[in-house]
Amino acid sequence: MPSLLTVAEVNATIRRLIDDAPVLQDLWVTGEVSNVTLARSGHWYFTVKDADAQLRCVMWRSDTQRQVIQPEEGEAIKVHGSIGVYEQRGEYQLYADEIQPAGGVGDLYRRFEALKQQLADEGLFDAGRKQALPPFPLRIGVVTSPNAAAFRDIQNVLARRFPLARVVLSPTLVQGTTAAPQIVEALQRLNTHRAVDVILLSRGGGSIEDLWCFNDERVARAVVASEIPVISGVGHETDFTIVDFVADVRAPTPSAAAEVAVPSRDDLRVALQRIDESLLRHADDTLRGQRLAIDNAQQTLRRLSPERTVQEMRQRVDEWQGRLVNAQARHLALLQERLNVRVKALETANPAALLERGYAMLSREDGTPVLRAADAPTGTDLRVRLRDGTLHTTVNERDLHDDDTP
Amino acid sequence: MTTTPPDEMTFEEAYAELEEVITQLESGDLSLDASVSLYERGQQLSAYCQELLDTAELRVQRLHDNGTLSDED
Repeated sequence: MPSLLTVAEVNATIRRLIDDAPVLQDLWVTGEVSNVTLARSGHWYFTVKDADAQLRCVMWRSDTQRQVIQPEEGEAIKVHGSIGVYEQRGEYQLYADEIQPAGGVGDLYRRFEALKQQLADEGLFDAGRKQALPPFPLRIGVVTSPNAAAFRDIQNVLARRFPLARVVLSPTLVQGTTAAPQIVEALQRLNTHRAVDVILLSRGGGSIEDLWCFNDERVARAVVASEIPVISGVGHETDFTIVDFVADVRAPTPSAAAEVAVPSRDDLRVALQRIDESLLRHADDTLRGQRLAIDNAQQTLRRLSPERTVQEMRQRVDEWQGRLVNAQARHLALLQERLNVRVKALETANPAALLERGYAMLSREDGTPVLRAADAPTGTDLRVRLRDGTLHTTVNERDLHDDDTP
Repeated sequence: MTTTPPDEMTFEEAYAELEEVITQLESGDLSLDASVSLYERGQQLSAYCQELLDTAELRVQRLHDNGTLSDED
């Protein structure tokens, strides 16, 4: 005899049956995604289907936040969860708590490789694109989760190496499907407000799923677009995510990223010490150089001093005087000599001397000297003056010579 | 050479000027007066940089959407 039940009773029975079926309470379903609604509430509604059937799925926000990938139209996925009956509507659906690509982690790797190739082809990994890091970043931006160990590690390194800097945290989730858009926003926030000189994009170690948001295309493009240099420090040494390729510098870990970003305080101290030594050395050299210059100047000065000059002058004057005296004496002697000669000549020419020697001087009556026979024709009265007297004579005869020979 | 008091300069500015001072002293082409001034300025800057290094404490802040900063503990 068929039972007569209310609708509610029917639905409740179905629900009980399903709730009690273990296979339906913990299962994976594989299929293709369609009809996706990613609600603003954070809940996801989608359908998973295959050739023969389809199943409606819902995932609540508390679970969607943890997911590595989102359901995308046409994608092959695996969904884990339990079947539940929505009694009021007489519907059943899969209440999902995990979603994976159908190929599991292998699929993730394939997606990683594909995106890596695509971005490389666009030239986004080119060395020429990379920005230089500022040598003394006084403002250091950190994009990471404030609660993460990575943030503490970074602070420790910076406090040790370069405490002059100021850390500016631009917080974000670093895991799950909501992480990627948040990371993009965190990067843009720092750029929009030009808040820092360099950005450290980091999170600690984890599986490929944990790090998946750093393989997100949107995050990669946000790093490329950043006008502030970005240093990536994600995971462990051996982890490579897409952001590592597009970042301006890749560091293996968050701590390493902090080290790369700043000079070490000790290195700076050493550099300052060298500078101090340099300063001293130059001050020394300069002083020595100046002293030398002063010494030289003093020497030159001594050579050219007025005192020296006066002494020299005096000496010179003495010399000249000496020479002058000599010259005068010589001149005098010379004059004397000449004078003697003249006197002698004069004496020789003295008529009295001539008379003394027996010569006579002839003159007319009026005293006019007669020097030439031509001037005394016969009958001329001549006076003849001799040494001891004068004769009065008259010319008797005259003989004239033809030439001037006496 | 500017005579900004060092404490108004950032570490980078002071360090950069310090290197400039050394370069000028190395050129050797200066009067005694200028050398002495430069040397004193160099000392000043160096002492300032050292002090910054010795006394600095890392400051951590959070950037908010509107661009304001608040101190993180």
